[in-house]
Amino acid sequence: MFGPLLASSSPFIDWTWIRANAGVIGNAVAQHAELTGIAIGCGLAISIPTALLAWRFHWTRAAILGFAGLLYTIPSLALFVLIQPLTGYFSLLTAEVALVGYTLLILIRNVLTGLDAATDEVREAAIAMGYTPTGAMTRVYFPLALPSLFAGLRVATVTVVGLVTITAFIEWGGLGQVIITGFNLYFYTPIIVGLVLSMALAAIGDATFVILERIIVKWRRVEA
Amino acid sequence: MDFLTGVAQWFTSSANWSGPDGIVVRAISQVELSAAVIAAAIIIGVGIGFALGHFGRGGFVAVNAANAARAVPSLALLTLLVTWPVISLKGSGFYASFLALVALAIPPILTNAYVAMRGVDAELIEAAKAVGMSSWQRFIRVEVPLAAPLAVAGVRTAAVEVVATSTLAAYVTFNDLGDFIFAGLATNDAVESFSGALLVAGLAGCTDLAFLGLYRLVRPASFRSTPAVSRVATRSRTAVA
Repeated sequence: MFGPLLASSSPFIDWTWIRANAGVIGNAVAQHAELTGIAIGCGLAISIPTALLAWRFHWTRAAILGFAGLLYTIPSLALFVLIQPLTGYFSLLTAEVALVGYTLLILIRNVLTGLDAATDEVREAAIAMGYTPTGAMTRVYFPLALPSLFAGLRVATVTVVGLVTITAFIEWGGLGQVIITGFNLYFYTPIIVGLVLSMALAAIGDATFVILERIIVKWRRVEA
Repeated sequence: MDFLTGVAQWFTSSANWSGPDGIVVRAISQVELSAAVIAAAIIIGVGIGFALGHFGRGGFVAVNAANAARAVPSLALLTLLVTWPVISLKGSGFYASFLALVALAIPPILTNAYVAMRGVDAELIEAAKAVGMSSWQRFIRVEVPLAAPLAVAGVRTAAVEVVATSTLAAYVTFNDLGDFIFAGLATNDAVESFSGALLVAGLAGCTDLAFLGLYRLVRPASFRSTPAVSRVATRSRTAVA
């Protein structure tokens, strides 16, 4: 094996390698961001109605949170492999179904926490102001849950960015592929590139929701 | 159906259970690795978290540790350690896996321990001072028992994560249940990888339940060990819940 020899003779960061592979790295970043974006989008689309259901029909809450909690406990690599027979071997669907699965617990729990912030006084005020149940939900309770939802989106995004690297084992992976390349070559540079860019993506995703929250949740600024 | 029959056959074949690459040996080595990691992470994470919480310092770092660590991909950490000649694949991948997993497990444990310690009712601490307890007595007899349940909740989260991620240790040649998944993926043996995934998921589930048990055990114990404050503590706890 020439691997270890290569590692000891190469500098910590080999800029020549990075320049030579800039295209591959760029594609990996794009795929990483895309996999994350789809997962967060779908996770959000599923979590909001599910959380509303759990909030409106209280008896469904334990079952919904229990199922999401169970999904969350299954190790990511195992989950990809377990759903493959149904979602297709090495398919995009496999990667996304599992990634979305991990966002559900975080997002549903946070929406519920936010909705629970609507105290009895808030509800009475909403009724007194003449809101219909649907109107109260869309104009009062849901807006009140937004800060908690955004907090959940931030955690979910950072979590998914990390998990995407694991999809490298089912032939996706974005920056996970770059990391694995480094491992196979016994070569620091690709691993560090994968590590740093993946953390950067997580930070960008996190910052995006901080900014979006500032824009959408306007009343918060008045409070602060 | 054929597929599930294959999985059933895989599990009933004694060859898959015995030998150095069997389920039993691999499950034990995965549990050993995870247990060593969790023990080390508890000593470091709870130690630092409780100390920072008790003295009320380093709050920003302690609270944000878990969030920052979430962004570090464990795969990158693991492979980086293996590529580092000092560690490489020594101990059949044990050292690299151990270090990467400890780094992964400390932040959530530390954050929870810190938050748990800060969450102890200030009135109780005042009461402990009033009855003449020293700082150390207060820490051991009031703060630790009251902070234990939330701290254990952090350990539970970390433990499930550690067991889950220890599957990746197989990628750096550590002989554990993850090997079935990687071998199955490498040879397109869907039955083997699926069976390995079932085993790994089962192990993670057992870990979760074990620490849930510990959590329930710690809760009443925290009141038993400090009968004098139990009534007040119960009241403040229900207020929080």
